[in-house]
Amino acid sequence: MAIPARRRVADVLAFAFASFATLFGLFWLAWILWTTFVQGAAALTPTLFTQMTPPPGASGGLLNAFYGSAVMILLGLLIGAPLGVAAGTYLAEHGRYSRVAAIVSFVNDILLSAPSIVIGLFVYEIVVRTQGHFSGFAGAIALAIILLPIVVRTTEEALRLVPDQMREAGFSLGLPRWRVTSRIIYKAALSAILTGILLGAARIAGETAPLLFTALNNQFWSANLNAALANVPVVIFQYAMSPYDEWHTLAWAGAFVLTIFVLGLNLLVRLLARRGMRK
Amino acid sequence: MNPTAASNGELTARAPAKSGERVDRIFHLVTAASAWLVLLLLGGVAVSMAIGGRLAFETFGWRFVTGMDWDVVGAKFGALVPIYGTLVTSAIALIIAVPVSIGIALFLTDIAPRWSRGPIAIAIELLAAVPSIIYGMWGLFILAPFMAANVEPWLTEHLGDWAIIGPLFQGPPIGIGMLTAGIVLGIMVIPFISSVARDVFSAVPPALRESAVALGSTRWEILSRVTLPYTRSAIIGAVFLGLGRALGETMAVTFVLGNAHELSASLLMPSNSIAAAIANEFTEADTELYRSSLIALGFLLFIVTFIVLTIAKLLLLRINRQLGRTS
Repeated sequence: MAIPARRRVADVLAFAFASFATLFGLFWLAWILWTTFVQGAAALTPTLFTQMTPPPGASGGLLNAFYGSAVMILLGLLIGAPLGVAAGTYLAEHGRYSRVAAIVSFVNDILLSAPSIVIGLFVYEIVVRTQGHFSGFAGAIALAIILLPIVVRTTEEALRLVPDQMREAGFSLGLPRWRVTSRIIYKAALSAILTGILLGAARIAGETAPLLFTALNNQFWSANLNAALANVPVVIFQYAMSPYDEWHTLAWAGAFVLTIFVLGLNLLVRLLARRGMRK
Repeated sequence: MNPTAASNGELTARAPAKSGERVDRIFHLVTAASAWLVLLLLGGVAVSMAIGGRLAFETFGWRFVTGMDWDVVGAKFGALVPIYGTLVTSAIALIIAVPVSIGIALFLTDIAPRWSRGPIAIAIELLAAVPSIIYGMWGLFILAPFMAANVEPWLTEHLGDWAIIGPLFQGPPIGIGMLTAGIVLGIMVIPFISSVARDVFSAVPPALRESAVALGSTRWEILSRVTLPYTRSAIIGAVFLGLGRALGETMAVTFVLGNAHELSASLLMPSNSIAAAIANEFTEADTELYRSSLIALGFLLFIVTFIVLTIAKLLLLRINRQLGRTS
């Protein structure tokens, strides 16, 4: 029995739409990356990595911003990653089936999608206001808060994938719980936990909103974590919104480096994770 | 004893019960404290925003939400324009992103050749990895001029005279405005909605789809009568997840919205959003009341996204239970 023409047409239309939708999504990705690469490659100069952010009208680089960003990302990782792994461990291991773990797991997903600008305001109220000035330290705390729920989620999922037989094997040897977790479970889930931390690092590298009122910006070289600290995202924001052409060029160069770093880290981590899974 | 026994020693030898128990308790405490920290953070954000915004709420009362003036010099702050801008841009974003995301999910589960599914899915997910500041720059320097030159004049000419929706498309084509911001937001939330949709589409029990095929359904009928009804609550959850993201997105919107404090019906006109107002003005806020008003905006944003994301999470939990998954 042939399918009536109307149903066949609806079928073809729906599938044409689905294909078009996918092209639509890929189209924007291609356009955005193309723009960033073309504009960014044209703006790349050797001085980008050797000079400081310039005043309007002068030439310069982004060295202080790269340094500030690197320091804050590392410090954010140092604070956020251990806490995230510990909390994820509680959710999947020690607090499993407890009511607290269920609530935290739920709340964590909300924190994961919470507006990052509000996190910035929060750190401003808690840290900047008490200290009385902006600081790179406050910026690192804001980044750590953004990172925390990402690491909690991926750690919990990674640990849940470890089969219970491994835990039982550990217990049957008479090992205390913490040894089972640290010697057996962590080992089995290590690559998945690291994947989560690295993806989190890629995420906080591009975060701008939480740094606006915490690290602020600094036009000059500063290694002082207790003072306003230059960083790539905020420099891009300020320079792109300015009326000066030299600043626009530098903003594109910064955007180029940032995009390469973030997308490169993302792709690398996914590739490694996939290879690890095949093993 | 052979040498391997030595390295196995610490596994086989029973640890002294006392010290082992103590370390166990410490380990438990540390992990539990970290988990509580997540709760504390969320609570702390809500409380600190409420305290920071109290002055504004006390001074203006309900007029903070319903008032249209945002007068820095006269110290009068009403947040209706940013609230309106946030809602309108998010609505535009969802109008674009929801059908596209469902299309992508359908394409990836049913249509694409098997070898291409992984790479396409990763490419779509990269849309979520691109930092929002890059979206902002691209929107400001590339999309906005393009909209001003090509899209907006066309909209004004062809839709500007229509009865009800006409006023939405009137005004000078400057590129910066709610329509452009909504489009950028739409692109940004596509990966969030489509990845959830793809996940639940591929989790529909094969028996259901096969039954539909056996009854002679076309592929479109399988989607519209089996897959979508079966996954409805999760799809709505995904939409709320996207909405939560769109409401709180800051940098991309700040670039292309224009930071205007006038209410205008036209989507082509500059406007403001809660997040963009905070990003633009917070470091310039020089009076206690001004700063408090911006933090009060942050409080509103936090509460609204909290509610939206809670709904999303509840809907997604329901489908997971239905599919027999635990997390």
